[in-house]
Amino acid sequence: MQDRVMEKAAALLESGVCTRVLGWKTGEFFYDVTPAVFTSAEEVRTQMVYNPFCGPNLSKYLIAESRKEGKIAVFLKPCDTFSFVQLQKEHRIARDKVYAVGVQCDGMIDMDSLKALGLRGVTAAREVGDNLIVSTLYGEKTVPRREALSLRCRVCKSKRLNDCDEIIGEQGGDLPSDRFAQVEALEAMTPEERFAFWRSELSKCIRCNACRNVCPACSCEKCVFDNPGSGVRNKAAADSFEENLFHIIRAFHVAGRCTDCGECSRVCPQGIPLHLLNRKLIKDMNQLYGPYQAGADFDSKPPMLAFTPEDPEASIITNGRDGQ
Amino acid sequence: MPVNETFKPTIVAFCCNWCSYAGADLSGTNRLQYPANVKIIRIPCSCRLNPMFILRAFQRGADGVILCGCHPGDCHYTTGNYYARRRMTLLFSLLDYMGIERGRTRVEWVSAAEGAKFAATMNDFTETIIKLGPNRRLEDLRCKTE
Amino acid sequence: MKTWKLSELDSLFAAIAAAQKLYIPADAAGQPAFTLWTPGLSMTKALNTGRSAKDLFFPQVENLVNFKVSGRRIQVEPGREEVEDFVIFGVRACDCRSFDILDSVFLSDPVDTFYADRRSHATVMTLACSEPEETCFCTSLGIDPQAPAGDVSCWAMEDTLYLEANTEKGQALLSSLPQLGQGEKPQTDASVFHRLPLKDLDFSVFGEKPLMDWFNSPVWDSLSQSCLGCGSCTFVCPTCQCYDVEDFDGGATIRRFRCWDSCMYSDFTMMAHGTNRPTQKERFRQRFMHKLVYHPNNHAGQIGCVGCGRCLQKCPISMNIVKVAKALKEGKA
Repeated sequence: MQDRVMEKAAALLESGVCTRVLGWKTGEFFYDVTPAVFTSAEEVRTQMVYNPFCGPNLSKYLIAESRKEGKIAVFLKPCDTFSFVQLQKEHRIARDKVYAVGVQCDGMIDMDSLKALGLRGVTAAREVGDNLIVSTLYGEKTVPRREALSLRCRVCKSKRLNDCDEIIGEQGGDLPSDRFAQVEALEAMTPEERFAFWRSELSKCIRCNACRNVCPACSCEKCVFDNPGSGVRNKAAADSFEENLFHIIRAFHVAGRCTDCGECSRVCPQGIPLHLLNRKLIKDMNQLYGPYQAGADFDSKPPMLAFTPEDPEASIITNGRDGQ
Repeated sequence: MPVNETFKPTIVAFCCNWCSYAGADLSGTNRLQYPANVKIIRIPCSCRLNPMFILRAFQRGADGVILCGCHPGDCHYTTGNYYARRRMTLLFSLLDYMGIERGRTRVEWVSAAEGAKFAATMNDFTETIIKLGPNRRLEDLRCKTE
Repeated sequence: MKTWKLSELDSLFAAIAAAQKLYIPADAAGQPAFTLWTPGLSMTKALNTGRSAKDLFFPQVENLVNFKVSGRRIQVEPGREEVEDFVIFGVRACDCRSFDILDSVFLSDPVDTFYADRRSHATVMTLACSEPEETCFCTSLGIDPQAPAGDVSCWAMEDTLYLEANTEKGQALLSSLPQLGQGEKPQTDASVFHRLPLKDLDFSVFGEKPLMDWFNSPVWDSLSQSCLGCGSCTFVCPTCQCYDVEDFDGGATIRRFRCWDSCMYSDFTMMAHGTNRPTQKERFRQRFMHKLVYHPNNHAGQIGCVGCGRCLQKCPISMNIVKVAKALKEGKA
């Protein structure tokens, strides 16, 4: 796949289809790839990579990149294409300035997952069948590829590549996914247990804003939490209220626009499962207002911009769905 | 009903300008009683209620927050309350998911003619909040007066 | 050298905690962090904490002063918290070096009394490394991970914890623990540190050219290109020490507090005329120039990095000080 992506990128630049290519650049290690813009085929051939560690979702960069002169080619994984479509729906990306190449995805591997398996000092990894042979400073280890997958990839909802000009590999389809299992497990807890769970998770927050800045749905030019005039600026999450406030409002603000790409949880330096907030809202909207997947198409109306006179009242929550 | 005598909750009621605020007025002119610790904030339409307002009310000392608007179908702006309904349903569900007591928030549709319903709603909501006790899970200790 | 059985670490913690507060690296909701020891709390198996040890001396949020408002009267009250003596156990050599760097900023004139207070009340017990991560590069900054500094240095080898006091404070702590045994520490094995992929980084080069050469390097554009402008790197960094002072209006009481700030943020050092670093390139450059050039220039060549590798692990887009240092040196990214 590495060769096909690189050759495609070089060909697109050489044939003049685009003037720039947005992809991933090699790093110090085999896994620490950085999103980068390439302007020549030579750059592409020497620096570009595509490997199972190319997790970052490149869609959000297109907001800025598609406003620049010339056309940019971009390589998107299936889940990235959902963000790509959603951002177009919000008129944030100029589609005619983008040449989108979809890349078939078999699930991305994540260093956090590898380290969670107890591996330390990882220096190389290669895929052999369904396994991953990992070299470390302390010897070699074989782990099942499935266990090294990024958290979000374990419950992948779709391998479909949306709105691409070209596809490398095969077009995929929606998958049966039990991505709401954890949400359901939380719902089954008592309010006290849920409160304790979220307090222990959110109290780890250091307000680095990585979740917000990486989120394709968080595309406000100036966030309310950065604005001293808003009265709610909170730079440091000085107490538990501010920790809650930031994450509640952020989850709510992206409700109906969040494609569940999982970037928020991937980037959190403190390992907070932030996607569980967004998934809860997605699950609720599906249940209450009919199935909806943000970024799946251009025509459907987002649930938070729609209504029906027959919508349930808020009392189904406040009185308790179980009648408590 | 046993009522905690010492706890006087602070209730914030966001009322839409066209129906519920007039409903509150009517309950006043009719001399119907509801607790004095209900603080009414007038908003142009129930859909003006940013979820941030609710959270900030809790931060600044509210023990319960209630939104009152026109009955569905009667919105002065035709559809505002339908949007508000979806938003509040989702927000309350998210708060519940995070372990915030589900009784602390409520939506009630009160028309300009329903002065009695306004008073009854406020009495009932205040009682619910007294039973729940002070807001602890969404409080900001920096806003407490010693 | 003093000794203690590793299998009875819990009772050592109990003995220390009997006299003063003790912080150890433990897993809190899956994330290793320096945590106040209470009976039953055990050390994390991770090499190091997610957040660095600087938290204990320079917390993310710290109250400075309170203003009580009643009518037209404003009463000013100190907001400072009393600091008690505390022990911090399990600090790695890299984090321990970070205290020197923070000291050179906070303890130089004018002394930051909040920081100085915490430093003077703390006894630092370091722990030698034996199993580094691939992201570790403290050795290329002149740190010996197997001979950490601190008030007391510790080595966990086989079934024994070896302890050695380096300062009077450390001496006092060890002599308050009469239960400690005596023993001779076996030779440490340094071979793994010679196999570290980043062991040959060269930071001396940054002192060899004029500051403006680095500042005007052409590599900043491409290095900063994909930076998200989040503060992960600054907040997990043991040597980042920039802060902001803000007021919180709580109604009756207004609190003036300081909190960590990040040069990666658009409102960093915002002034009346606007921001002086208008794009992410300038903000990004500030962070690395500070670590690699400004700080050494101002502090006798001391590099503002300790090689802990946290930014290598945590950056959402895997841009970090190693990549920056290499690109700057080569003049191309």
